Amino acid sequence: MADPIVFAEGLHKSFGDTHALRGLDLSVPRGTVCGVLGPNGAGKTTAVRILATLSDPDAGHARIAGYDVVRDAGKVRARIGLAGQHAAVDEKLTGRGNLRMFGRLSHLSRRQAHRRADELLERFGLMDAADRQVTGYSGGMRRRLDLITSLILRPEVLFLDEPTTGLDPRSRGEIWDNVRELVADGTTVLLTTQYLDEADQLADDIAVVDHGQVIATGTPDELKATIGDRLDVVLEDPAALSQAATVLKALAGTDPTMTGADRLSVALPDGSFRLADIVRELDRAEVAAADVRLRRPTLDEVFLRLTDRKESVR
Amino acid sequence: MTALTPPLSHRLRWTFADGLTLVGRELGRLRHNPGELVAALIFPAVMVVLFGYVFGSAIQVPDGGDYREYLMPGLFAMVTFSAVMGVMTRMATDASRGVMDRFRSMPMARVAVPFGQTGADLLTGLLMLAIMVGAGLLVGWQPHRGLIPTAQAFLLMIVLRYALSWVGVYVGLAVKNDQVADAMVPLFLPFTMLSNAFVPTDGMPGWLRFVADWNPVSALTAASRELFGNPGAPSGNVAWPLAHPVTAVLLWSAALLAIFVPLSLRAYMRRGR
Repeated sequence: MADPIVFAEGLHKSFGDTHALRGLDLSVPRGTVCGVLGPNGAGKTTAVRILATLSDPDAGHARIAGYDVVRDAGKVRARIGLAGQHAAVDEKLTGRGNLRMFGRLSHLSRRQAHRRADELLERFGLMDAADRQVTGYSGGMRRRLDLITSLILRPEVLFLDEPTTGLDPRSRGEIWDNVRELVADGTTVLLTTQYLDEADQLADDIAVVDHGQVIATGTPDELKATIGDRLDVVLEDPAALSQAATVLKALAGTDPTMTGADRLSVALPDGSFRLADIVRELDRAEVAAADVRLRRPTLDEVFLRLTDRKESVR
Repeated sequence: MTALTPPLSHRLRWTFADGLTLVGRELGRLRHNPGELVAALIFPAVMVVLFGYVFGSAIQVPDGGDYREYLMPGLFAMVTFSAVMGVMTRMATDASRGVMDRFRSMPMARVAVPFGQTGADLLTGLLMLAIMVGAGLLVGWQPHRGLIPTAQAFLLMIVLRYALSWVGVYVGLAVKNDQVADAMVPLFLPFTMLSNAFVPTDGMPGWLRFVADWNPVSALTAASRELFGNPGAPSGNVAWPLAHPVTAVLLWSAALLAIFVPLSLRAYMRRGR
């Protein structure tokens, strides 16, 4: 249990002048979901490609289940599944045809490959479309087929590179349900995503990546705790906005942001504020508040704070 | 290189099995998309009509033979060379859609992908050739020199087609983008027409005639005309590949295989993108 199933240390990778990775470290315990968050171009996909043996690092090393991704690439491949941003299946074949072909290529016998295809189609709700060509599938169905194609060999580690990018909310929810089921079976999942709510929903641990390095790690709650609580105030009269802003600035020590014509939001430096004190301060300044709420920050706020330095200076 | 590496015989068996699976994939595609076969039928039919009857009515065959007898070996060669385009498009599509990445992240035999793809092309190639032969027989073409030379002619086409399919693998891997690959397909037409397939090369200006004479399309066309006993044997001062067309086709095939098999395998195995 002590050994992480996915382990990377000091990964470097450059493409020409672009340094995609500059010393990326990562460690994922068995049976957990690790969400890798980062803006576009942060190096998420490059890291996944190296871990999935598609690309060699310039420096550093990585192990999956104890096997080095460069030296023991064959053993790594027998233990991983990869579902990417593309629906990487043959569009001219049927869903069932794809699963059977990839099953055979995974060296299952013909019988096993056929049975596994049916199992997966049944379990992930694609049986109705099994004998239709993938060309006729919706975006969500393609992603789901791509996902289950990577499950043929029951991988120990599943890499999901932005599995729901471009999908409608309902299809995203379906993919999320599928991922939860896999995790319940004990699969370790490494998920890259740009959607913070996706990481919040699925990930046990989060690694925030920017400029090719991990700049923060922790559970979603731990990350939220690092930037303190948020205070949201809705005013009865928008005219009192500047007065309210003065009060909030005095309390928080930073300028509040306007989140609407009649509302303000501000990060509080630590958790020692009590709602009653805040309401009393507003009262004393004769600001009538329709709603005052003290809440945990969203992961989006954490992410923006971590990856955008201008924001945190202000 | 560890003791755990499976024995060579085991790996060879899987390479073969995986290659066969990929050939099966191609057949599956054809079964679900009979339209591709219909399209493959239309092209030769159009060529036979267009050249056999429209342009051919104004073309003089050197030794006074029938133009359609002269034409068919050229069309067989054209179909043979379509291997480059077909395989290139398939490889580029797999690369751009992420299918190639999936293959590479699986514990399958790596070289099975290019070998499977070229093997599959051989099957579709045979099918297209059979259709073309049917079309030829319909318009009055036939082999005149008996079974063995006829079989030799088709064997030459198959050998060269296989070598050409490796060119397709390499170009497809280099292009990596199905849209670029699609855009390159029309180049096929001028390349095959710059040869003796449709008209004798004697009438071309010197520099162009040189290019056409050394075009492998010309060697294959000349070889099959010779082996089928079809008209159009060149006379007078003839370039070497046309004077020894069978040898030329075999040399072309060997050279293409020697260059493009290693290049393709290296491009396929290379990691680090």
